[in-house]
This record gives sequence, structure tokens and C-alpha cells, in this order.
Amino acid sequence: MLYSDKVMDHFNNPRNVGVIEDADGVGEVGNPVCGDMMKITITVNDSDHIDDVKFQTLGCGAAIATSSIVTEMAKGLSLEEAVAISKQQVADELGGLPPAKMHCSVLATDGLKVAVDDYLKKHGREPIAGEVKSADPNFDPHADEDDHDHDDEGTGHVHDSAGPDGECSVCCQQI
Amino acid sequence: MTTYFDYAATTPVDERVLDAMMPFFTERFGNANSLYAIGRDAYRALEEARESVAKSIHAERPDEIIFTGGGTESDNAALIGIMTKVAPDGGAHLIVSAFEHHAILEPAHFLEKQGYEVSVLKPRADGHIHPDDLRAEMRPNTKLVSIMHANNEIGTINPIKELAAVAHEGRALFHTDAAQTLGKIPFDVVELGIDAASFSSHKIYGPKGFGALYLKKRTPFNAYLKGGGQEFKKRSGTQNTPGAIGFAKALEIMVAEQAEEGARLSALRDRVIDGVTSVLENTEPSVSAGERLPHIASLLIKGVEGEAMLLQLDNKGISVSTGSACSSGSLEPSHVLLSIGCPPEIAHGSLRISLGRFTTKEDIDFFLAEFPPIVERLRAMSPVYQKMFGSK
Repeated sequence: MLYSDKVMDHFNNPRNVGVIEDADGVGEVGNPVCGDMMKITITVNDSDHIDDVKFQTLGCGAAIATSSIVTEMAKGLSLEEAVAISKQQVADELGGLPPAKMHCSVLATDGLKVAVDDYLKKHGREPIAGEVKSADPNFDPHADEDDHDHDDEGTGHVHDSAGPDGECSVCCQQI
Repeated sequence: MTTYFDYAATTPVDERVLDAMMPFFTERFGNANSLYAIGRDAYRALEEARESVAKSIHAERPDEIIFTGGGTESDNAALIGIMTKVAPDGGAHLIVSAFEHHAILEPAHFLEKQGYEVSVLKPRADGHIHPDDLRAEMRPNTKLVSIMHANNEIGTINPIKELAAVAHEGRALFHTDAAQTLGKIPFDVVELGIDAASFSSHKIYGPKGFGALYLKKRTPFNAYLKGGGQEFKKRSGTQNTPGAIGFAKALEIMVAEQAEEGARLSALRDRVIDGVTSVLENTEPSVSAGERLPHIASLLIKGVEGEAMLLQLDNKGISVSTGSACSSGSLEPSHVLLSIGCPPEIAHGSLRISLGRFTTKEDIDFFLAEFPPIVERLRAMSPVYQKMFGSK
């Protein structure tokens, strides 16, 4: 599994880290049990465009890099444009992500969606982002992944998801 | 500069081992099964290597040593070879522990699919398999018990002698995966009373792709690889003569230097553990009680994800491993840490620092200087660290 130079750059030098005090919108997504957790804060100007974005992330290299690049992508966008950023766009912007890491880009785009909706709700307006699964505390980012292959072999894992009972018994299970 | 702290993953080939192997790639290249002079030369060298390995592990006879293509092959051969011999039609019961390497867990899973019964025995929270827990798991049709000598992630050493005795009380055979212990702590197959054991060469400064299976005389066994009948018809395929020479030499060096090196490494291991836990809050060793390997420090760094730490350390030229899900492209944290009751959110922040022959005190001090700022930076970036772990 190899990260692109751009992923490593954003991981080593993450942009827009922090929390905006008195933010207009706040998005918190993910679950520490899964190892990924993101908080994103935004300010929104009078014409419904994102002025500033900051993030905090607990997670792997890809989680930090996708968080960082989403903040760069979102700045200056309209709220509609911001919630339309897809996980594929995030991955493409980073020069690609390993398949097992694609869920990290969901976390980043979801965080932004939740922050936008939080802003809209605070102003008595209708949310526009739709359902965001990773805002659920029981969120399992791997639940609908195609590459959750229990018979995967030879991938160089120290460990993998297939136990002797043949079940992925603990994948993001709440303890 | 590279500071390598992943000796439990693999080791460099020792120069003395390489020197011993070299002639067998070129001028002494014969097939050990050929009858002419150069074949006989290879055969003699191969059998001397076998005798040396047998002596190093105190086996009663050299033909109890079967050379294989590595630890994974030895594990697969032991489980599948023994179970299919004692119960060709399935139905027999196999016990493995929950924190085995996947080279044991996967063949156990395979056997289960083939109609064998498999029990997975959990270690206690201290990271050891308790003989009483094994006794409770034994069934009238239990034919084989396989429990690793020491765990490769947390370094705990299991009471193999007592566990083998429990297996034998129940008329079952006993196998142990000794990939992580061979040469590092005393290993005497007779003293331990075991029937089979797996070894890996590249964990002890020998070449990769080579290992051995100890199979006590008269242990029932179906040849896993079939073909020309080499290795007493237990492992066909032209023998890897340079591999055998290298493995035997590597093991001789390990045994000769064991006591001194063990003391040196355990002091360095404790220096790592004390150095990290005294400086960084919310850090602790994964296990603290009981017998542990001298060269493995397993730490829980709460509130940080392991892969992020690994990559940041790599930026400084420091190589470590982690039980985090993300480190491997896998989706869940270490099954070893989960098996001893470590919560997943903590297991994601585990770090394994494994030391070896070329580790110096300066290496440890370099790590201890570089590591805390990395953790503090990542914790400062976390949206939940304050909430979950409080002050600082």
C-alpha cells in the first residue's frame, strides 16, 4: 500500500488545522472505535459561500490528508457546491488513494456536509446535504465496502479481517 | 540514517551467516539428492545443517527436523498434516489460541471448513494462555493443540511445558509456533515435551524463505508437499542447501549469544517502555505481568492512531510497526490486542518496537527524543483527545 506524494504532503503539512471559535457551522463525524474521527468548523458569508474552514482529525495518514485537502477545496465554494464534493473528487485531488483508504475521504466530505447543514439549521433553513451516515456514533465506515474481502491473502497484513470463525467479528463493533 | 525497530518482522542476514551460505550458491551448488561427488558434498552439508539444528533445539534425532520454505509453511504443514493424518474423514477437534499468527488461524479456519471441529482459546488479560483454560476446552476427540510459544505482537511467553502436558493428558498432540522465540530464549523440545514446532529463518538473521518443522518421531503426518519424496517423504522438493546452511549457522550464533544478548535487549526494551511512559501521559505497556520476550516493547499510545505515528516516525528514519487497522490496509485493529481485552479505540494506537542484534542504546535515545513531539502534535490535531483523556 503506497500513498501518493500529495497524500504524504497533506499528511505531513496539513492545511487549516484547528477550530474556528464562534464558527457558523460545526460538523463532527466518525467514531474512535473505528480509529477515525473528524471535526470541521466553517464560517459562511452573506452570499452563502464558505469563507473559512478548519479541521481536527484523529486518524491515519489518509484520514488526515483527506481532511486537509477538503478544507482547501471547500474554501470559497457556495454551500451547494460544498456539499456536492464527492469522495472520488477528494481522492482524485490527492492523486488517488489505496482502495482500503477510500472510506477516509467519505469522512472528510461527510464532515463538511454536516457543518453546512448545521449552519443552515441554526438559521432556520432546510438542510441540503441529505443523510450522513458517519455522523452516527455507531457509524461503520466499512459496512458497505466492496473490498471487504475475508479471503484476501498475500496482502502483507500483520493481521487481516478473517478470523478462524470466518467472520469479521470485531470490525468497528461497539464494545 | 535508518533506525530499525522491527526485528520481530524480519532481520538482516548476519555477515557470518552470509559467509557460510555463499559457497553453496556457486561452486558447491549440487543437488543433495544426486549420487555423484558434488551431490554428495551438498548432501553432507545439508545433513550437517540438520544435525546442527537438531542439536540447537535438543531434538533426539536429526530426522525430526524437516526443512521447509518458512514459518508459514511449517505452521500450515503441522496443522493440516497432522489433522488429516489422525482423522482423514474429519470430525476430530483442534484447539488453537486466539492470538496466533494468521499462519495458524487461517489453516485452522480451512480445516473447520473441511469438517473438523476447531476451538479458539482466548488468552487472559495478562496476555498468556492459562493451562486451566486449555483443560476446560479439551474434548474426548481433541487430537491437536497448537499454541504459540510467544506472541509476536505483545511478546508474552506462554507456559508451553504445562500446556503440552494438558494436551497429552487428553491424548492430544501438541504443536507450538516458535517463529518468534527460536534462538531468543531457551528452546528444548524434550524439556517442553512437544510433538511439533515451527521455525522461521529470517527472524534470526538467516535468509528469508526458509524454515523448519520439528516433528517428533512417530508423530502422525500427511506430507503437505508431495513429489520426489525429499525430507523423509515429508516435504518434497529439492532442498534449499544454502538456506539450510544459513539457517543452521544463524541458529548456532543465536544459541551461543543468547544469554548475553537477552540481557542486553531486555534492558533496552525496558528503557523504551520507561522512556515513553514516563514522558508521555496516557501511555502504557500492552502487558506488564508475566514472562515476556526480551526484544519486544508493545505500547499503547492512547488518543493517537497508529499509522499516523508510524508514518511520522518513518519521516525521521525510524521503522516500527503498529496494530492499528490502517497500518496494513486491513479494516480492524490487531486481533492480538483485542483478544486480551484491549478496546478497539486503544488498539488503534498500539506501537510495537522490536529490537535486535544491531540495536544500540543510542538508537533508543534517538527514538525517545523524536517520539514525544510526534505524539503531542497528533494529539493536538485530534478532535477528541481532550474530551476522552482530559488534561495537558
